Amino acid sequence: MTSGPGATARRTWKRPPFIKRPLLRWGLMVGAAVYIMLALGTMDANWGRVADGAPRAYRFISSFFPPDFTSRGGDILDGIFESLWMTVVSTAFGIALSIPIGLGAARNLAPRPVYLCARAILAISRTFPEIILALFAVKLLGFGPFAGILALSIATIGFYGKLLAEDIESIDPGQAEAVKATGANWFQWLNYAVQPQVMPRMIGLGMYRLDINFRESAVVGIVGGGGIGATLLTSFDRYEFDSAAAILLIIIGIVMVVEYTSGYIRNWVQ
Amino acid sequence: MPVATVNDSKVWRRRDRNRQLTIWAGQFLTVVLIVYCWELVSERTIWYFVSDAPRQALDLAERMVPPKWSYMDDLWRPIWDTVSIATLGTLMAITIAFPLAFLAARNTTPSARFVRPLALFIIVSSRSINSLLWALMLVMIIGPGVLAGVLAIGFRSIGFCSKLVYEAIEEIDENQIEAITATGASGPQILNYGIVPQILPAFAGISVFRWDINIRESTVLGLVGAGGIGLQLSSSIDTVTWTQVTVILIVILAAVILSEWVSAKVRHAII
Repeated sequence: MTSGPGATARRTWKRPPFIKRPLLRWGLMVGAAVYIMLALGTMDANWGRVADGAPRAYRFISSFFPPDFTSRGGDILDGIFESLWMTVVSTAFGIALSIPIGLGAARNLAPRPVYLCARAILAISRTFPEIILALFAVKLLGFGPFAGILALSIATIGFYGKLLAEDIESIDPGQAEAVKATGANWFQWLNYAVQPQVMPRMIGLGMYRLDINFRESAVVGIVGGGGIGATLLTSFDRYEFDSAAAILLIIIGIVMVVEYTSGYIRNWVQ
Repeated sequence: MPVATVNDSKVWRRRDRNRQLTIWAGQFLTVVLIVYCWELVSERTIWYFVSDAPRQALDLAERMVPPKWSYMDDLWRPIWDTVSIATLGTLMAITIAFPLAFLAARNTTPSARFVRPLALFIIVSSRSINSLLWALMLVMIIGPGVLAGVLAIGFRSIGFCSKLVYEAIEEIDENQIEAITATGASGPQILNYGIVPQILPAFAGISVFRWDINIRESTVLGLVGAGGIGLQLSSSIDTVTWTQVTVILIVILAAVILSEWVSAKVRHAII
């Protein structure tokens, strides 16, 4: 609360600003304004082309309706199922591979050199977007779902391994010590002290990753990694926007279903 | 405590029998599902290409070094564009997401029957469609360029930001609202003094977090023609100049790590 200096002055309350230091506040505001002006100025959008786009946009959107589920029904079904298999396999692969790496990347478990090595693997696999991984996977393995699976698995390692490592680092050391004191060997210790503590959260995250992988499997197809993305790209290329609309609606529907189921399972596990 | 009797002596078990059986059944079904899916995938894979992959990888790696550093001169502009796409897209998203979140939150929505489902549908569709797919569609409508990228990032981020913000709104402290209502505040005043201050830190954190994700996503939008460094990536791959590809990948790596660091610092300062 701020108040006027004089006792007689009318005292009014003013909301405290979000950033307290005035210099920092104004500096940030001016900086942000200048940056936005620059960014907008250098965007060099072709406004004529955008204006041309307006009727096109209308035609484009109106050709989306009504969505056509039937005339490419076979292709769409095929693509959707391929995406679903890819999602399951890549999530399973990714999680299986990320368990040893995650264990190695936990500071309270692994010796220093192993820790650094595992962290480096995680950082690299997490940095590149799935589509770049898919691009290279397609170069190496040829077109098809296997390339997509490889890309999604690598991305899963980065995501899941990092969260697993962080979860292991924050376990209750008391329980770990208690199990160790019974004379358990390393694997028994892992199984009875570490795993029960991290398991509920990890199952939840696995479901979450399943959800992400399905969404990403719709994209790896754009560079040839198989799945529904390839079907979608084909229907765009053939200007069959009603089929494309159907595919997009199916993707939205499946994502919703997966999201609700995974939310339900997460609540049930925790 | 679950105990089993083995040879007349009591042995500790972690779970009782039924629970253990359920868990085993669940694990078994999961394995069956994975194996079945793997079978289907393996039918569509040309294993000859896969067995050839290690040699291909070595060959590619050989052609990717040394990085052609002089190519950096051509990259400054695309880097600037990439950052612009991410920043402007995030700005667009948060200006739309903020009011949308109020329409979607259970305790602030004007009508739980009509407006809320509509808002939730907008949020879900925006979130389900990847920014690359948005970019693909926008490039067809408004032509290739940075603007399509900005809009694609914006459309994708609306749902993400809105979802997190409306969850924050639903978790606010009702006592503060009650206190402000008791002073005789009007509806907008309650919003302004009761709700907004409570969610502002979360909102700022979410925006910065999304900006960080958007930097990573805007690096690849160029692959479908929506501007940024992805354009250079796709043209370098098309012209098989792998030494340039290496430089671009290093730039992307640096950009992502840097933005992650910035966003972690800012979020740490806010929350």
